[in-house]
Amino acid sequence: MAEQQIKPLTMNFGPQHPAAHGVLRLVLEMDGEVVQRADPHIGLLHRGTEKLIEHKTYLQAVPYFDRLDYVSPMNQEHAYALAVEKLLGIEVPARGQYIRVLYAEIGRILNHLLNITTFALDVGAMTPLLWGFEEREKLMGFYERVSGARLHAAYFRPGGVHQDLPTGLLEDIKAWADQFPLFINDMESLLTGNRIFKQRTVDIGVVSREEALDHGFSGPVLRASGVPWDLRTAQPYDAYGDMDFDVPIGKTGDCYARYLVRVEEMRQSLKIIRQCAEKMPDGPVKSLEKKITPPKRGEMKRSMEALIHHFKLYTEGYHVPAGETYAAVEAPKGEFAVYLVSDGSNKPYRCKIRAPGFAFLAATDFLCKGHMLADTVAIIGSLDIVFGEIDR
Amino acid sequence: MAESNFWVDYILPLLLIVGYIAAIVVPVLLVVAVVTYGERKIWAAMQYRKGPNVVGPFGLFQPLADGLKLLMKETIIPTGANRILFIMAPMIMFALGLIGWAVIPFDTHLVLADINVGILYLFAVSSLGVYGIIIAGWASNSKYGFLGAMRSAAQMVSYEVSIGFVLVTVMLAAGSLNLSDIVEAQKGLWFFIPLAPMFIIYFISALAETNRTPFDLPEAEGELVAGYQVEYSAMTWALFMLGEYANIVLLSGLCVILFLGGWLPPFHVEPFIWIPGVVWFIAKTAFVIFLFTWVRATMPRYRYDQLMRLGWKVFLPASLAWVVITAGAMHLFGWMPQ
Repeated sequence: MAEQQIKPLTMNFGPQHPAAHGVLRLVLEMDGEVVQRADPHIGLLHRGTEKLIEHKTYLQAVPYFDRLDYVSPMNQEHAYALAVEKLLGIEVPARGQYIRVLYAEIGRILNHLLNITTFALDVGAMTPLLWGFEEREKLMGFYERVSGARLHAAYFRPGGVHQDLPTGLLEDIKAWADQFPLFINDMESLLTGNRIFKQRTVDIGVVSREEALDHGFSGPVLRASGVPWDLRTAQPYDAYGDMDFDVPIGKTGDCYARYLVRVEEMRQSLKIIRQCAEKMPDGPVKSLEKKITPPKRGEMKRSMEALIHHFKLYTEGYHVPAGETYAAVEAPKGEFAVYLVSDGSNKPYRCKIRAPGFAFLAATDFLCKGHMLADTVAIIGSLDIVFGEIDR
Repeated sequence: MAESNFWVDYILPLLLIVGYIAAIVVPVLLVVAVVTYGERKIWAAMQYRKGPNVVGPFGLFQPLADGLKLLMKETIIPTGANRILFIMAPMIMFALGLIGWAVIPFDTHLVLADINVGILYLFAVSSLGVYGIIIAGWASNSKYGFLGAMRSAAQMVSYEVSIGFVLVTVMLAAGSLNLSDIVEAQKGLWFFIPLAPMFIIYFISALAETNRTPFDLPEAEGELVAGYQVEYSAMTWALFMLGEYANIVLLSGLCVILFLGGWLPPFHVEPFIWIPGVVWFIAKTAFVIFLFTWVRATMPRYRYDQLMRLGWKVFLPASLAWVVITAGAMHLFGWMPQ
């Protein structure tokens, strides 16, 4: 009798699926409960961001970056602002740098809060999510107070930040930073020592040091595999050089290690936020280069030159010297970078975005193979996949 | 003469029984509605939320509004589904959630069918529950539903074994299969003290039996969307939910009867014995239901193989050992009930 190949059970995991994190579509080939092949599909959230940016002035391109990884919008803007500043060759004043670092870290906590708690939800614990969103709400309140928008802030701009901090905001952030560790403790009491949570995450989706490097991982996923690589310390940008913080490293490279690294990163971010709030220097928040950053409104009413600058900046925009650059930041998910090519005009010639999540998604098959269906969910949760940045 | 005999002998008892059944089923369904409301309120309190608070005073009419909504919606039957089985599965679940109540004693002599094998009857009824789920998963012709049904079948069968041994220990201790007698046997000491490990095993197995977190794999939202319920809508889905909650209340009530002294007051002294037994029974059941809810708000979900391991490698040997220990001790010290 001829041997017969039994067709494996194919299952569509997503794009409409409560654990699929946005519009992820995985085509799973299963042998009972065991995943034999996981084929991730991309493109369901493609908006053509990179191409659209080519038709916008440098300033108009900023909001697109909010819409990439919408969980931590300002961190994306950061990379773009740094790239444009690099091409322009301008410096951001100290206060501007501190505000950016402050908000980049708030963005990191925003992201990790969402990731850890939805990860917990994916493995079945629903309470951390609702607790976490309470805290996220407060952080989004800080976003709103500084930029007017809770989500799509468009606050970090080439040359600095859009506006100075409103009065009293720093004190409120400090007060929040004092109570936030209590939340982390509460959340950890539900997850870190929980036997079921550990059974679901320890030794699941293990990535060794070499594999992590080979797959181009970055961020917490890379660090959980034991690679001490963090752009904030490896090549400090903005005011990160002045900050004193530790980079947590995982040992095992499994889902649990990724969870632990993120929890510790939240504590370290808090440390940075406190330092920023305490050491916040006075002075301008954006570059004083009149051809790049808009004038104050009051000045516009008095000075003809300021009015002309304002008009030119918001119609034609500024011209960026021809050249190309690569600027990377340590976004919450990993190395988020912008490769920017300028042809000397007022619009980018090409803007290539490097999203950390893309490498994670590409590794889904390698990570999920041989695991059970329930582990696939845990692995995807621990990788921190957000489709806004993967599909762009 | 013959005619009047027919009425007295057949129709009157029938009406009486139907009346009894209604007297049990209606309160049970009411309790189920209250439980869904209470559960949501308890979760809300644990999660810094308000929970239902719009419909009626304190949102008390929310379950009614939900029920009404589900009643008005269209029942969708997928094209690939086996229509008869698809409709039958929720009915089975709902019916099984209700018929168990026939043997539950709410107070001394306050029981519909005071049969001698009440505990076996309940065991049989809860074992049948797996059919509803399997039929639902099979009939909906969906991969998610099918996987959910497979999981559920394995899970319920595994945990029934340990529940069976828990029941054996209680039967040994009480010396009867009649639920009223089991409660009466706890007059001096509620069974959860001498049989503490079995109480824990029973509670956890009851979680698994009713597919609640951390054993809610059959309907694991994160993996299978809604498991065997994925294709169900409107009233067919509502029947599943009603059955599920009636089952939770039933198993909580059984927990109270087996371990927490049923309708007995905690101490047999003055202020406690004034309160009628039914109130004690309801209060204790409510407490056990609260435990169910609390667990769901705190625990993540097991993975399929971990669940099976826990059932077969931990609970089965533990409960088996405890049966032997209990029986041995009772024989040795002459504690056997006469």
